[in-house]
Amino acid sequence: MYSIINSIPTELIHIVIGLVAIMAFVGIHVLVLVYAERKGAGHIQRRPGPFEVGPHGILQPLADAGKLIGKQLLRPDHADPILYWMAPVLAVFPVLLLFVPMPFGPVVTVQEVNLGLLLILAFSGISVLSTLLAGWASNNKFGLLGAARAVSQSVAYEIPLLLTVLCIAFQYGSLNLSTIVEAQGSWPWQWNIVCQPLAFLIFLACAFAETNRAPFDLPEAESELTAGFHTEYSGMGFGMFFMAEYANMVVVSGVCTALFLGGWKGPGIDGVWWFMIKVYALLGLFIWVRWTYPRVRFDQLLNINWKWLLPLATLNLLGTIFFMKIF
Amino acid sequence: MAYEEFGLTEGDFYSRNFQKGMREDTMILNLGPQHPATHGVLRVIVELDGEYVIRAEPVIGYLHRMHEKMAEGRTITQYLPNMGRVDYGHALGWNGALVGAVERLAGFEVPERAEYIRVITTELNRITSHLLWWGAFTLDLGAITPIMYAFDDREQMLDILQMATGSRLTHSSFRFGGVCTDLSDRFIETCKAFVPHMRDRLPMYRGLVTDNVILRKRLEGVGIFDADLCRRYGASGPVVRGSGIDYDVRRAEPYSVYDRFDWKVPVYPAGDSMARYLVRMDEMEQSLNIIEQALASLPAGKIMMPKAPKVTWALPKGESYFATEGARGKVGVHLVSDGGKFPYKIKLRSPCYCNLSAFAEAARGLLLADALAILGSLDLVIPEIDR
Repeated sequence: MYSIINSIPTELIHIVIGLVAIMAFVGIHVLVLVYAERKGAGHIQRRPGPFEVGPHGILQPLADAGKLIGKQLLRPDHADPILYWMAPVLAVFPVLLLFVPMPFGPVVTVQEVNLGLLLILAFSGISVLSTLLAGWASNNKFGLLGAARAVSQSVAYEIPLLLTVLCIAFQYGSLNLSTIVEAQGSWPWQWNIVCQPLAFLIFLACAFAETNRAPFDLPEAESELTAGFHTEYSGMGFGMFFMAEYANMVVVSGVCTALFLGGWKGPGIDGVWWFMIKVYALLGLFIWVRWTYPRVRFDQLLNINWKWLLPLATLNLLGTIFFMKIF
Repeated sequence: MAYEEFGLTEGDFYSRNFQKGMREDTMILNLGPQHPATHGVLRVIVELDGEYVIRAEPVIGYLHRMHEKMAEGRTITQYLPNMGRVDYGHALGWNGALVGAVERLAGFEVPERAEYIRVITTELNRITSHLLWWGAFTLDLGAITPIMYAFDDREQMLDILQMATGSRLTHSSFRFGGVCTDLSDRFIETCKAFVPHMRDRLPMYRGLVTDNVILRKRLEGVGIFDADLCRRYGASGPVVRGSGIDYDVRRAEPYSVYDRFDWKVPVYPAGDSMARYLVRMDEMEQSLNIIEQALASLPAGKIMMPKAPKVTWALPKGESYFATEGARGKVGVHLVSDGGKFPYKIKLRSPCYCNLSAFAEAARGLLLADALAILGSLDLVIPEIDR
C-alpha cells in the first residue's frame, strides 16, 4: 500500500490537491460574487437587494444554485446534441486551469510555472470557443448572432491585452507571474500601475470586453439578442456559463493584480490577504461599472479596439522596449 | 424543416409574405412578440445582412381588444372606462379626448375648476408616462439602473394621482361635463411640494444619463426621421417635435385651458433618437410649469356641470372629432352618433400606430441595436397601437 502511494509522483499529488482546492475556491467565490453583485446592484439602484433568504439574504446564492441545479435540462430539437452539451463544460474547465499559475501569496501557488502568463493567455482563448459552440450548436438565430459577436469581440480585444501584458513581461524579462510580483515593492508607488498607467487602463478595458461584462456585454445583450449565445440553455447549462463568467472575472482581476497592483505585496505584512483585497476591489469596479453604464454598440466596440486601444497598446509596447534598451 | 415534414409551410402569413424577394445571403429574424426590447407584444420581422437591417416590418395585432367595436355595444358612459385601458401609459390623455368629443357633440359647458383639474391630472400623468418611457428606453440601451430612479419618482406621482383619480394606472376620473372628484387639500399640498422636488431631480437625470458619453454616442445621428417622413406617415407628438416640426395639439388647436398658462413647446431639429429623447426630457419640465401655474390659479367652483348625463344617457345625433396631446402624440376620437342608445361608431386615432409605421423606413440600413434604439425612442405602447 505504502509503495503504491510512494510510486505516484509528488508533483501529481500536488497538482490534484491544487485542482481540488481551485474548484472549491472558484465555487465559493462564484457564490460570494453572485451575492456581491446582487447586493451591489441593489444598493446602486436604491433598493436593498436580496433580503429574504437568510440574514440580509446571505443564503440567496445557495438558493439560486439549488434552483438552477433543480431545473430541467432542455435541448431544442434541432440543436446538435454533443456540441450543445459540450459548450457549457468547455466554458468552465479551462477557467479552472487558469488558476494554476495564479500567485495568491508568496508560497500559495498551485504550481509555479515559468510560462504562467502564456498559459493563462492560451487557455483563456478556449472560452471563446465555448461561446461560439454554444451559439452555433443551439441552432438559434439570436444565439448565432451572439456567438458571432463574441468571437469578433474576443479576438479583437485579445490583441491589445496581449500587447499590454508583453510590456510587463519585457520589463521584467519573465513570463512567471510570481517573479513579476516579487519584483514589485510593497508600497503602491512601487507597483507597475505607476510606471505603466496606460497599459493598466488598456488592460482593464480589454478585461471588460474579454469577460463580456457591461458596457461590453454584446454577446449576451439582453435587449437586443434576448440572451445572446446562451438563449437556449436552461438550468445548469446556463448555470455553468454563469459560473464561467464569474470565474473569468476572478482570473482577470487576479492577473491584473499580479501584473499591475503588486500582487500579494502591500503596506504592512505581505500575504494572501493583500491579493484578495485587491482582487475584490477590482471585482467591485466590475460590478459598479455594469450597473452604471449603458451598452455600447457593436461597431463602436470594435472601433474602440482597432482605432484606439490597439495603436495605443502598440505605442506603449514600443515605448517600453525603447526605455528598456536605453536604461 | 420539421414543419415541412408535417406538411406545413414554415411560418405564418406575415413571415411567408416577408420572405418574398429575400436575398440569398441574408437572414430573417423574428423579434417578438415576446422579445424583451419590444415592450409588450409587438412583433418585428427584420431581414439581416450580418447585423445590418435590410428591411424591417412591424406586425401588429397581438393585443387587439376591439376597443372601437366595443363602443358600438354600450352607452357612451359605460364606454368611458375603456379609455384608460387603451393607453395605460397616459390614460388621462385618452380620457380627455373622448370626454372632449362627447362634450363637443352635446354642447356641454364644463366648469372652469373641472378644466383646471383635468389639466393638472393630465400633465401629472404625462410626466409618469415619460418617466416610464425614460426608464424602459435606457433599459433598451443596456443601462439597467435608471429605471429604478424613474420608478422612484413615478411611484410618488402615482400616489398623488391616486388621490385625485382613485386609481394608479388606468385612471378614469373624467366625466362628461366635469370630473368625478374634487381635488383635496392634501392633494394640492403634496402636489405643490412635489413639483420643486421633481424639478430638482431632472438635472440629476441629465447628469447621470443624458450627458453620458456612451448614451450620446448611441443616440446622436441614429434613426433620423426627417420632417418629410414624419408628415408622410402622420407621426405626431415628441417624434415630430424631435424632427423640427413645431406641432403640439395643446398649442396648435388649443383645448381646455392650456392657452392660459405660460409654457414652451420644446422642439429639436435634428430628428435623431437623441432629439426625441431631449424633447421628452424637456416636456417633463414644461409639464411641471403647467402644473405649478394651474395649482396657483386654481379657481373655486363646481367640478361638474348641472344636469350631468346619467349612465343610460343617449348621445344626440351628429358627428364630432376631438384631439388632445397625449404623451405619445395626437390622440383623436371621432365620434358618430345616430341618436340611438349606443354610439354608431367611434374611431380612435392612435399616435403610436402612425409613429410605428415610419419605423420601417427609418430603420433600413442600420444596425440591429440601432433599430431597437429607434423602436425604444418612439415610446410605443402596444395596446394603444392595436386598440
